[in-house]
Amino acid sequence: MKELALYILDLSQNSIRAGAKNIYIEINIDTSKDMLKVSIEDDGCGMSEELLKKVTDPFITTRKERKVGLGIPLFKELAQLCEGNFEIFSVEGKGTKIIGIFKLSSIDLVPIGDMASTIVSLILSAPDLDIVYKYSKDGYEFLLDTKELRKVLKEVSLNDIKVLNWIREYVEENMKGDMEV
Amino acid sequence: MKSIEELERIRKETLEKINLRKDRSGIRIAVGMATCGIAAGARPVMMAILDELSKRNVTDVIVTETGCIGMCKLEPIVDVYVPGQEKVTYVKVDEKKARQIVVEHVINGHPIREWTIENYE
Repeated sequence: MKELALYILDLSQNSIRAGAKNIYIEINIDTSKDMLKVSIEDDGCGMSEELLKKVTDPFITTRKERKVGLGIPLFKELAQLCEGNFEIFSVEGKGTKIIGIFKLSSIDLVPIGDMASTIVSLILSAPDLDIVYKYSKDGYEFLLDTKELRKVLKEVSLNDIKVLNWIREYVEENMKGDMEV
Repeated sequence: MKSIEELERIRKETLEKINLRKDRSGIRIAVGMATCGIAAGARPVMMAILDELSKRNVTDVIVTETGCIGMCKLEPIVDVYVPGQEKVTYVKVDEKKARQIVVEHVINGHPIREWTIENYE
């Protein structure tokens, strides 16, 4: 895929399918360490130890519609390609955490991409899911917490079109030029 | 800059509109958002649908996701559900087609048959 934001959207869909109520998405860039870290943590149903061992195998999926599952394998492959590291932790009944570490200067690293659209897509996909998104880069920090937005919106839902447009522009503004593809 | 105060204003405006709105259209648009859909361009398709609805001030249509239906090579796939009518499944949708589906099918009520799964060769 062409953007980290698309990998993040894809992995977050797993969280939704796992029945997560909360998801924590973090992108952290540390230029001095030449590192970019993506982490996605949810409180969904988690995986058994047995499934966890096999989950990076592209021929393993919980779906019945097809026999391959490429989401996690693709993300792992990208991390390895970028001289980074991939880790996955999961506890059945508690949730799952996925971490990808990438060498920032790697020629194979794709741009962060449109995180604003990824977050809006996630809200449309699961309007009741609460998302915390943290973006940090060399001391700069931006935090979006849908629970805080819901407090302001009260009876108006998060997936109202005007609200979604606001969220999109809010993320765009706060990520400055870092979403450029 | 976007501010939380602005969000508060949006809330008030939306509430006024909800009070004016008598009933929902019940129309639902679902975009395939599994790995296959996302890799094929489902996210820009979803954003184009949202943008087209927003531009035309259509607020009573629900945009949502659907999973993989096992026809990954036909993604991005978009389903349009209109109450009382059969579901229409569009295949190989791009941003331009998505906007036209919103205008012709969702707003004007005329499905674009040549883009549906039945007519895909």
